[in-house]
Amino acid sequence: MNAPTEPILDIRGLRTVFRTRGGEITAVNGIDLTVGAGETVALVGESGSGKSVTSLSVMRLLTRNIGSIAAGSIHFRSKDGRSRDLAVLDEQQMRQIRGDDIGMVFQEPMSSLNPVFTIGDQISEPLRVHRNAARKSAMEAAITLLEQVGIPDARRRAGQYPHELSGGMRQRATIAMALACDPTLLIADEPTTALDVTIQAQILDLLLKLQRERGMGVLFVTHNLGVVAEIAHRVAVMYAGRIVEQGPVAEVFRNPRHPYTLGLLASMPKLGEATRLKQDGQKLAAIPGVVPSLANMPGGCAFSPRCRFAIGACQAGVPMLESVDAVHQSRCIRWQEVGQ
Amino acid sequence: MTATPFISVRDLAKHYVSRGTRLNILEGISFDIAKGEVVGLVGESGSGKTTIGRSVLRLVEPSAGSVKFDGTELTTLSSAQMRRTRPRMQYIFQDPFASLSPRMTIGEILTEGLKIQGIGTRRQRVDRARAALEQVDLPADAIHRYAHEFSGGQRQRIGIARALTLAPEFLVADEPVSALDVSIQAQVINLLRDLQQRLGLTMLFISHDLAVVEYICDRVIVLYLGRIMEIAPSADLYARPQHPYTRALLSAIPSPDPDAPRNRQILKGDIPSLANPPSGCVFRTRCPNALEACAGVAPQLRQVAPGHYKACIRDDLN
Ligand SMILES: Nc1ncnc2c1ncn2[C@@H]1O[C@H](COP(=O)(O)OP(=O)(O)OP(=O)(O)O)[C@@H](O)[C@H]1O
Ligand SMILES: Nc1ncnc2c1ncn2[C@@H]1O[C@H](COP(=O)(O)OP(=O)(O)OP(=O)(O)O)[C@@H](O)[C@H]1O
Ligand code: SF4
Ligand SMILES: [Mg+2]
Ligand SMILES: [Mg+2]
Repeated sequence: MNAPTEPILDIRGLRTVFRTRGGEITAVNGIDLTVGAGETVALVGESGSGKSVTSLSVMRLLTRNIGSIAAGSIHFRSKDGRSRDLAVLDEQQMRQIRGDDIGMVFQEPMSSLNPVFTIGDQISEPLRVHRNAARKSAMEAAITLLEQVGIPDARRRAGQYPHELSGGMRQRATIAMALACDPTLLIADEPTTALDVTIQAQILDLLLKLQRERGMGVLFVTHNLGVVAEIAHRVAVMYAGRIVEQGPVAEVFRNPRHPYTLGLLASMPKLGEATRLKQDGQKLAAIPGVVPSLANMPGGCAFSPRCRFAIGACQAGVPMLESVDAVHQSRCIRWQEVGQ
Repeated sequence: MTATPFISVRDLAKHYVSRGTRLNILEGISFDIAKGEVVGLVGESGSGKTTIGRSVLRLVEPSAGSVKFDGTELTTLSSAQMRRTRPRMQYIFQDPFASLSPRMTIGEILTEGLKIQGIGTRRQRVDRARAALEQVDLPADAIHRYAHEFSGGQRQRIGIARALTLAPEFLVADEPVSALDVSIQAQVINLLRDLQQRLGLTMLFISHDLAVVEYICDRVIVLYLGRIMEIAPSADLYARPQHPYTRALLSAIPSPDPDAPRNRQILKGDIPSLANPPSGCVFRTRCPNALEACAGVAPQLRQVAPGHYKACIRDDLN
């Protein structure tokens, strides 16, 4: 798991805002994030922390007239080696990139599948659009892709409609669709959240295998820390629109340096541990309080109202992302005392 | 199984007829719950957890079988008798958003059940609502506010408070923390365990998350396609799972521990359709240990250790 040298995705200072009835809210507030070729980076955090808005910003799929990129750049290196700032491309240029250089998989497979077309038609569509492939050869390629994502009896399945497939098989089909044009970057937003654990295990295994075979970069959005440990090289933990900690997964999970990451890891019930906790009459370590509303953010460190390490200085200003070491950063002024 | 169970379910079955096909949603479901015990019901989506929970409270009518509550057979009670028994057993829903009326104040939501049952004066009912809010650690002024003013975790607390106002002895909690973020989930799990111990509640705790179940339950029932695969005391089930399905389920759970061994056992294929379930053991089409004999008769639950039952013909697995 060597860190690759040059990132294919390089996000700097990304700020994404929404116009709402209550005024403008900043959903993503100055994010720096890179994904290297062949690297899987997980974006993790609670509901509303800005994970999906980050990935939608990269794909430029924010709701028009409501959401917009207010600052920052999103440099992306496409297959031809060109690096461009996605933040300023027009829709025409973005359309060439989406589905060709960047593949996308979402939580709900039905949202990316059209109920009135067969699975085979939908997987071959990106090949016809981006590669000018003829109908017949595109369909053959689609069948091969279905085989690669582990769908048995692929030829017959290609002729079926989405509702004739199980949830797990539909998610495999959307993965096949995302991979049709051999993208360099795959963006997967909670691709296994709606699935049962035994099916989730199948899909994670598939994504790991495909990523290795193809050397893609993957931006993987999830709220499940277990899934992160399973699939990612690096992790960025988000809280209220900011990255509060990032680094290699093993390093961050073994040695968390932000109180929020520490709290998240502790509050997650872990197999085998509960029996011991119960016997010792101990409780799960919950994080007190609730996530602040974006319209009403606390001053200084956004985590301070819930943080057991908080001191007066935490309210003075938003903490900087400080280096724990060359590859590990924490946005906490007391990171040296956290996790000691 | 215990000598004098508080809840006793025997050969519970439920079928629906859908487009001319008979679907056996549940078959041969038998288990007991002792007074003050928390029993977990785990299984994947569609395995029949909610249908069991609702059948036990007779919120759906079972197709066959018996459900005894504190010695009384519920399946044959008249609706008037059932109404009198209802307050003693309550249901907590998964979705804290859908299950609270947006047009009622929290006070109205909390006193509604008491009012329907004709319990107490208005004043007394409000007092009970206040006490319930205190039990779930919500501020007393919540009583005048509306559900939309609360976060997901707070709404789930309101759902729990609503169940508590009637001072029930038995709770069916259906995925009560599944819709919550981890940090909030832990708060609600701790609250439920606290209340259960303080009030001596008997509980059927439904979840698809085996780690949550381990933390809160004394015993666990593992369900697959509407059939019980395994029943065991929690500590025993997690340390020594016996059924191949339980083993696969446990190994499929991703661990956040970077040092945990990654030797996941991955089940092949999909959960079969209820319209066309496999013969014999319903798990055999995905089971890594299936033999030809598994297609024969459906295995019965057999005791393999004290209080530990499994429905699998193989005894040679270890
Ligand atoms: N179209 C929109 N209009 C207004 N606000 C929005 C819109 N989309 C997202 N937001 C706000 O942006 C914030 C971040 O949302 P986002 O969807 O990125 O969260 P998330 O981390 O993906 O959460 P989840 O785990 O629930 O998917 C939220 O507060 C959300 O309410
Ligand atoms: N009214 C009904 N008519 C037909 N089938 C039904 C009906 N209610 C439930 N079912 C089916 O019964 C099966 C069991 O459903 P149930 O809701 O009990 O599962 P569950 O284990 O609670 O699943 P989940 O984890 O998704 O909540 C499913 O296949 C479901 O589609
Ligand atoms: S900066 Fe202060 S309040 Fe914020 S996480 Fe660190 S210790 Fe806690
Ligand atoms: Mg999201
Ligand atoms: Mg259910």
